[in-house]
Amino acid sequence: MISITTRFRLHRCLTFFALLGSSNMAFAAEMDMRAGVTDISQRILQLHHYSLAICVVIGLLVFGTMFYSIYAHRRSKHPKPATFHESFRVEVIWTTVPVLILIGLAIPATSALIDIEDNSDADLTVLITGSQWKWHYQYLEADLGYYSNMATPEEQINNFETKGRNYLLEVDRALVLPTDKKVRFLTTADDVIHSWWVPDFAVKQDAIPGYINEAWTRINTPGLYRGQCAELCGKDHAYMPIEVEVLAEEEFDQWIVDQRLAIELASGQAVADRAKTWTMAELIDIGQQVFLDHCATCHEADGSGQGSTYPALAGGEIPNGPMAAHINQVMNGAVDTEMQAWAPQLSDLELASVITYERNAFGNTTADIVQPITIFEAR
Amino acid sequence: MAVTADHNIPNRSPLMAFLSRWLLTTNHKEIGTLYMWLSFVLFFIGGAMAMVIRMELFQPGIQFAEPLLYNQMVTLHGLIMVFGVVMPGFVGLANWQLPMMIGAPDMALPRLNNFSFWILPFAFTLLISTLFMEGGAPNFGWTFYAPLSTTYGPPSTDVFIFGVHLMGISSVLGAINIIVTIFNLRVKGMTLMKMPLFVWTWLITAFLLVMVMPVLAGAVTMVLTDRHFGTSFFAAAGGGDPLLFQHVFWFFGHPEVYILILPGFGIASQIIPTFARKKLFGYHSMVYATASIAILSFVVWGHHMFTTGMPLTAELFVMYATMLIAVPTGVKVFNWVATMWRGSITFETPMLFALGFVILFTIGGFSGLMLALVPADFQYHDTFFVVAHFHYVLYPGAIFGIMSAVYYWLPKWTGNMYDERLGKIHFWTAIIGVNMTFFPMHFLGLAGMPRRIVDYSLQFADFNMVASFGAGMLGLTQVLFLYIVIKTIRGGKKATGRVWEGAEGLEWTLASPAPLHTFETPPKFPTPEEDYPRD
Ligand code: HEC
Ligand code: HEM
Ligand SMILES: [Cu+2]
Ligand SMILES: [Cu+2]
Repeated sequence: MISITTRFRLHRCLTFFALLGSSNMAFAAEMDMRAGVTDISQRILQLHHYSLAICVVIGLLVFGTMFYSIYAHRRSKHPKPATFHESFRVEVIWTTVPVLILIGLAIPATSALIDIEDNSDADLTVLITGSQWKWHYQYLEADLGYYSNMATPEEQINNFETKGRNYLLEVDRALVLPTDKKVRFLTTADDVIHSWWVPDFAVKQDAIPGYINEAWTRINTPGLYRGQCAELCGKDHAYMPIEVEVLAEEEFDQWIVDQRLAIELASGQAVADRAKTWTMAELIDIGQQVFLDHCATCHEADGSGQGSTYPALAGGEIPNGPMAAHINQVMNGAVDTEMQAWAPQLSDLELASVITYERNAFGNTTADIVQPITIFEAR
Repeated sequence: MAVTADHNIPNRSPLMAFLSRWLLTTNHKEIGTLYMWLSFVLFFIGGAMAMVIRMELFQPGIQFAEPLLYNQMVTLHGLIMVFGVVMPGFVGLANWQLPMMIGAPDMALPRLNNFSFWILPFAFTLLISTLFMEGGAPNFGWTFYAPLSTTYGPPSTDVFIFGVHLMGISSVLGAINIIVTIFNLRVKGMTLMKMPLFVWTWLITAFLLVMVMPVLAGAVTMVLTDRHFGTSFFAAAGGGDPLLFQHVFWFFGHPEVYILILPGFGIASQIIPTFARKKLFGYHSMVYATASIAILSFVVWGHHMFTTGMPLTAELFVMYATMLIAVPTGVKVFNWVATMWRGSITFETPMLFALGFVILFTIGGFSGLMLALVPADFQYHDTFFVVAHFHYVLYPGAIFGIMSAVYYWLPKWTGNMYDERLGKIHFWTAIIGVNMTFFPMHFLGLAGMPRRIVDYSLQFADFNMVASFGAGMLGLTQVLFLYIVIKTIRGGKKATGRVWEGAEGLEWTLASPAPLHTFETPPKFPTPEEDYPRD
């Protein structure tokens, strides 16, 4: 599928070598490590430049000598080879000089590392939990937590729609952090190993089941920063982005207050949802959306599943069997499979509607309706 | 001698004769040929998978490889290239060359030699057949981290485990054979410190193999029992530790990367003196450098795990140890350059590949040194920067090493000279292809593109497209290589015994093609007609 944008890119790509020589700033930015917005990220950039420069200088010397020899000592110019083949002195020199250079590199690396590993005295702690394939953020001090899912629509991924600016790097709910505070991250995982990475903070910390790892950052500038999971974690590893919205301190405090309020409103909303008796049409409507958002990556939008890895729900045993088993499967998941527990992730209404949807879509015709109150009681 | 059993038992159909010749052969040259062809076939299979990967990454969006298929391609590509191409390729070269270089009639354990080879076709058939199994092939990367490979692995993981066991058995037996051969069958007068460097590097590699392949076997066995027999070595929920897996794997894995490169060092050390017409500079320091690299490689596995939450002191130790490896590696590079210095150099294809090896491997070494700096590694780790690094050490490193060895010794094996003009075309297209494919990956990684992703955001589009074009070119030019090899086997200018005027070593005292059985009576060493007698 060669689209217009592709052809455009093709063109740019052909001019790539021409650009390499020029000092096009925008281009240079894409080629270098990101400077980021923390003191640490900038120090790491310096270390990167410093080590790169050392490598380039050594490279120029070694390859320069080699190319000189290729030029001057080729047979047509230098028919009679010399016979020397050993020199203890030279060997000693080119063993010790590199050691000295390496010490010169190790010193700034060590001092940066000691600062990076200093996790003490945090102002704020966020527990980050990776699971296939989304992040959960828990503000430990504020008793506030939520999931963050990729927001890029399927149609863009499958090339049916033009890709947005932040293709694959956008989420439904970003992590929100304040500037100028030492934020401590604790990382862990529910299923397999993930890795939480935001290049602009130079924080990359593996999230490992059974472990709680520590990292920290102190962000200098407000803004939106993006990253991705950096450890292969299964099928949709490419689709678990990270988005961090960094606010000035007062705005951040206000945001926390707003979130607390929203939780109270939501719990009020949940009470109202439970009190109501929903019709099949209403539930199916909501349920379809929930299914597309959360279940279709594995079970497919038409419920056909993917081979034996992800079972088909169309005509499936559980969606057409006893209701209690179905509710249990969705709420609690299946142990040690990618089918996770959805009870902590979805509201009563969402769970009730997605189960109703599954029992009455894809050709399933149980005519069963699940009400939010049933879910509430099952919790 | 028992090893020279007659291959031509009369009254057999030609097919049977052909089969029994190749199935039952205990001749080191024939087994070497089998290894080389296996490696070549798998190079094309693994290469086809690389083409699938690069086509999928040609532009953003899903082109044709769904994520699950993509992950299978990445995994099998890695496994096949490491265990199926580079390792058998080097073993094939060892089989052909070691006995001829040390003046031995054959490998010390010829039947074992046959067995080690014939395990491999089964192992790789099993591995590749997983693609057609219910649930697909392994999809967790060649590093098969738990719990992705234990609790969450597809059913074919068990087949993969069996395959790895087979490869491990093959490698360990092959390595034992090499060690025994080198220690026992050297011609009189060839002391250890007079062995050619290819022999030295293989001896050290063989020790690495014997020491670490059992560790890999242990790792896959623990994965197996975690999957089926209720153990919890790597399952946090059962009191196990997912990080234990990584420690065990990389204790194998880092020496393994040196298994993949040390014989290449040996090859460069044979070829550069030949075409510079000058003795290898610093023979002794080359040997000591190789040995120190091998020893250090046992204490640096942690550099693959900097982001797993290692304590500061461990990070510092591993960083310093890893940086230290750059010293002996540098010594080797300096020695090669000094060998060329004031030589009388010509640039036949083997020399071109050897020079490509030295330059591009050194670039891979530079990025390795940068990766060793823990703070910087927090940014580089698990990005395309790492992919660029290990492809620079593996493609122009290990693979170019094998290719230059093939061009160098092919006239000895076949009796015919390869087509020099085609060889040069192959070299130049390969070197442009390698750099066009892998150099932009440094930029991708620095700009923040994680590795092992099926789809990427828009800012990475340009360099990915460049890399995909380069990969296409690099893939195509290997078809040319195949053509050159077949053409040489079938005919061409007759090669002399010495083949290269500057070549030194016992193998060149033999006729070309080398007869099936050589050195049945031990040769004289050092050879009287040696241009540059050894000290
Ligand atoms: C990460 C992939 C994944 C996602 C996302 C997912 N599932 Fe599943 N689902 C599975 C797997 C794997 C199984 C099979 C579990 C087993 O082996 O028991 C399964 C099984 C099921 C079953 C039982 C099917 C049967 O007949 O055995 C139901 C019902 C179900 N899922 C519903 C859902 C719903 C509802 C959602 C969204 C809220 C969802 N799944 C999201 C992977 C997933
Ligand atoms: C100067 C010598 C070298 C140094 C200092 C070095 C350093 C490193 C470091 C630090 C990493 C980990 C990067 C990360 O994941 O963050 C790495 C990865 C890797 N290296 Fe090297 N390396 C060197 C030579 C080699 C050689 C000779 C080979 C093989 C021929 C090799 C193959 C690999 C491979 C395959 C990986 C990727 C492993 C993975 O994560 O899947 N390296 N190297
Ligand atoms: Cu991931
Ligand atoms: Cu390593």
